[in-house]
Amino acid sequence: MSRIEQTANELLQLLNQGEISAVELTQNYLDRIAVADRQIGAFLRVDADAALARAADIDSRRQAGQPLGKLAGLPVAVKDVLCDTDTKTTCASRMLENFRPPYDSTVVAKLKAADAVLIGRTNMDEFAMGGSTENSAFQITRNPWDLDRAPGGSSGGAAACVAGGMAPLSIGTDTGGSIRQPAGLCGVVGLKPTYGRVSRFGLVAFASSLDQVGPLANSTEDIALLLETIAGHDPQDSTSLDVPVPEYTSALDQPLEGLRLGIVREHFAEGLDPEVETTVREAIKVYESLGATVKEISLPHSKYAVATYYVIAPSEASSNLARYDGVHYGHRTAEDCSLVEMYCRSRAEAFGPEVKRRIMLGAYALSAGYYDAYYLKALKVRRLIRQDFDAAFEQVDLIASPVTAEPAFKIGELANDPLSMYLVDLYTVSANLAGLPGISLPCGFSKTGLPIGLQLQAKPLAEETLLRGAHMYQKATDWQTKRSDRV
Amino acid sequence: MAITRADVEKVALLARLRLSEDELVSLTDELSQIVGYVDQLAEVDTDAVEPLAHAVEVHNVFADDTVRPSLPREQALANAPSHNDQAYLVPPVLGD
Repeated sequence: MSRIEQTANELLQLLNQGEISAVELTQNYLDRIAVADRQIGAFLRVDADAALARAADIDSRRQAGQPLGKLAGLPVAVKDVLCDTDTKTTCASRMLENFRPPYDSTVVAKLKAADAVLIGRTNMDEFAMGGSTENSAFQITRNPWDLDRAPGGSSGGAAACVAGGMAPLSIGTDTGGSIRQPAGLCGVVGLKPTYGRVSRFGLVAFASSLDQVGPLANSTEDIALLLETIAGHDPQDSTSLDVPVPEYTSALDQPLEGLRLGIVREHFAEGLDPEVETTVREAIKVYESLGATVKEISLPHSKYAVATYYVIAPSEASSNLARYDGVHYGHRTAEDCSLVEMYCRSRAEAFGPEVKRRIMLGAYALSAGYYDAYYLKALKVRRLIRQDFDAAFEQVDLIASPVTAEPAFKIGELANDPLSMYLVDLYTVSANLAGLPGISLPCGFSKTGLPIGLQLQAKPLAEETLLRGAHMYQKATDWQTKRSDRV
Repeated sequence: MAITRADVEKVALLARLRLSEDELVSLTDELSQIVGYVDQLAEVDTDAVEPLAHAVEVHNVFADDTVRPSLPREQALANAPSHNDQAYLVPPVLGD
């Protein structure tokens, strides 16, 4: 089975012109998954029969001349954290191993309404906590560029399935970098929208003030197409923004003359891999050659972003995950014991080490005597971080930076060092704290053949500028067309 | 600030997590490291700064006060570890 090289937009054209059927396309991807995913492990579950049945339905509606949704016939992989009544939603946790949601998340409902073929559910760090997908309770996912290396996380399966040619489009979630970091490490494009741009209804909550759903794909056009499909106000999510959704796909192709690109002084400091720095600086030169003006700016509080994040995110997590009590859904201990003991045992038996660590950290930061020193303090620093960005975006339209300080690390390399794993989020967490949109796109390779990512960030709701900036770079370079030949 | 084993035991009870001896030992060490890192926030002057709980400060989103169908009982109970078709079943709240 040869690998499908086309982007989602190209495939959509073939589908619309009748040159390929949705069944054929779906079968091609299923065949590819059957071969490649034995090595990569991106998918937790693939329901081939359901996907083919759905594709057949779309084909017959197309033949009958009925109106079809905007993704009609395109396979889409979904991270196993968004509720879908047609399958379990496990969050890669023993806690929800058998959880069958009673309703669809808004994002899944929108994908179904757009006639996407939901091809499978992708692996992730348990409850989206982690940066390597090693915290999945069920399986390891491998980086398609080097099978000894991690794909990043927490949306590691979402990035690896696109990088491995097993899905043209994929949905991830990003709380501190969980779309952009794995996209960067796997050499694909990943976008975290503005907080509130995409509904969180039916997304299993990790840190509610930071979580956001977003697309991963091989090109910026594909990202725009998928974002257009899932974005928008949702009365079921009171934090979703009641602002019209622009036609992202039509705003991509505009010259960059006059675009002001910011480079953050603090980003190019100690700890940044020299190869990553060189590659990112090369990408910035491409922007200059395309007519953008580059300006150095400062985000003085950016060095506190990881510390701020690792107070706020675990605090929200400890509160959100209190719902797993062995009563309403999820795992309950088999031991015969009192109610409180049942809670304590059920949670201890079903949560993995990183989830426990974050719950403990959050419960500590919120506990009497420490609330002011940690949680309240972090919320104040969060405002300073946001104000830095507000000031920066008076001077520039986009901020360019690395996605991570280094290319993909080895599986197991950081597994026993939680703090080092947290520091991988250095360049990505600020966007979540400030609610900004950010995109990660391929901009080169290390000497050892590992992808290196470029991150662009924009002010809230400036996704059009962000996508245009990413797209014009991709038109001028060919990094996004590179595919791993390892699998 | 160093976190003691007693702190970890207290927080574990608050968080309703029954930790093993090994977990108590490793979490005491790991949480101390992480909190030690987070302690750098103390050096930031935040005296005149209001906390920011939400990046997009949306306030007072009202929903219409109308009766809508809620989740049917059967569906609400479908994922419960223990129920009697009417309600969730739990162990005795007051132990002996």
